Amino acid sequence: MVSILDIIGPIMVGPSSSHTAGACRIGLLTRMLVGGTPERARIELHGSFARTGEGHGTDKAIAGGLLGMRPDDERLRDALDIMEREGLDYTFEKTSLADDAHPNTTRITALHGGFEAVVVGSSLGAGRIRLTEVDGFPVDISGSLPTLVLVAEDRPGSVARIAGVLADERINLATMRVTRKERGGDAFMVIELDEAPSAEATTRIAALEWVRWVRALEKVGA
Amino acid sequence: MFRSLADAIAAAESRGASLADVALDAEAKDQGRDRDDIRAALARALRVMRGAVSRGMQGDLHSASGLVGGDAAKVRASHAGPLADTPFHEILARALAVQEVNAAMGVIVAAPTAGGAGVLPAVLTGLADARGLDDARVVSALATAGLIGAVIAERASLSGAEGGCQAETGAAAAMAAGSAVELLGGTPAQAGHGVALTMQGMLGLVCDPLGGLVELPCVFRNATGSAIALAGIEMALAGVTFAIPVDEVIDTMGEIGRAMDVRYRETAGGGLAATPTGRRLARERLVQIRRSTH
Repeated sequence: MVSILDIIGPIMVGPSSSHTAGACRIGLLTRMLVGGTPERARIELHGSFARTGEGHGTDKAIAGGLLGMRPDDERLRDALDIMEREGLDYTFEKTSLADDAHPNTTRITALHGGFEAVVVGSSLGAGRIRLTEVDGFPVDISGSLPTLVLVAEDRPGSVARIAGVLADERINLATMRVTRKERGGDAFMVIELDEAPSAEATTRIAALEWVRWVRALEKVGA
Repeated sequence: MFRSLADAIAAAESRGASLADVALDAEAKDQGRDRDDIRAALARALRVMRGAVSRGMQGDLHSASGLVGGDAAKVRASHAGPLADTPFHEILARALAVQEVNAAMGVIVAAPTAGGAGVLPAVLTGLADARGLDDARVVSALATAGLIGAVIAERASLSGAEGGCQAETGAAAAMAAGSAVELLGGTPAQAGHGVALTMQGMLGLVCDPLGGLVELPCVFRNATGSAIALAGIEMALAGVTFAIPVDEVIDTMGEIGRAMDVRYRETAGGGLAATPTGRRLARERLVQIRRSTH
């Protein structure tokens, strides 16, 4: 359903809602997935991101997102200088992903505090985005709601236990999706919530022995 | 949200309400938010729009390629043209100003997209300032504009890559026209005719930016799109009606967009982007950008 505030918005740094605002949001979600400002990142640009990204500031927008800037942050313009000044090692290259990849797609390999994630994200237009892959798991993360993501051993009852913790903390669950690369392998869970999870809830889920890691992603969309 | 402007107009008429009112009620119901909360978000957008107008008028901004910038200030300072000292003249300058800010990576409100972001703030703030209307009235107009944009998104498209420039500056001009008719005292039905009379003048417009960048001709298309919106507003407020119903005009924009060759949908493969000079400028200026950012 289209909202008036999607039409009159987002408030953003120009010049392109897809190549600038959307790109920044992909960087922001990647930053949250690795748990902080990455010290190192390899940013591969595909399709229209590769062809017209530099003129649209797509490189600055992704770097700015990795640095924690939002799409309306005027420092996005200087994000590459800020990255250099802070001694961060972000490299940009053009690539060709799958033929059926959305034309505005980037693959980001980011490292923070010894934790690495490989994230594939696309900018769908009007600032809307979708992460489609994390560490080889097929996912669907839009950033339009607060989201918990976690990787856990694929065992019976795991979904119920996690839903139980959220129920205890009185957090309403909007959607939940579980994907895995193979039967019996690790499961990747994406749980969209009506409000941001408490630190308590995230800590309790992280403490479950069969949970490998969990991250709370803030809402980055309209 | 409504999927038909005819339905929205009928809903407004049956209650004796404005399109802004039925839009705010529908949004409040869809999103589970208070009307005041929605108005506050629109008021914030209006502040950013006004900030972009002021910033762009200073005349010192240049885009990444250096191809655009400084023209808003040039137009505002000029008295040479036939529109000098009219609201029309000021609106053209404001549309350029917002797009120059956008091209220089300044802060704007995508309305409905960044590429068409100049039209709505130029037309609404230009007319409100000329008539001394307060910001609460302009916030209501933004709600009406959002309703019109939502119907266009549902029935046609708001993406240049899907529907050409008619889907971006064309949609922006239609949103500006319908909301401005209501802002200036027109009825919901007159606002509908304002949308139709404006959109008919934008049909078929291709998206052909040099190098695929939101610069040239996008900046100027926002000024010319505003001019067509003003023509639609002028006719609608005079009581002119358009015989093809507004929803069918919007559907037509979608149909033309789907039939449009991919060269004319933001790929820089046709139109002005593919002219000898267009290609040369894109090549030269893009090389410059690469040198300056790496």
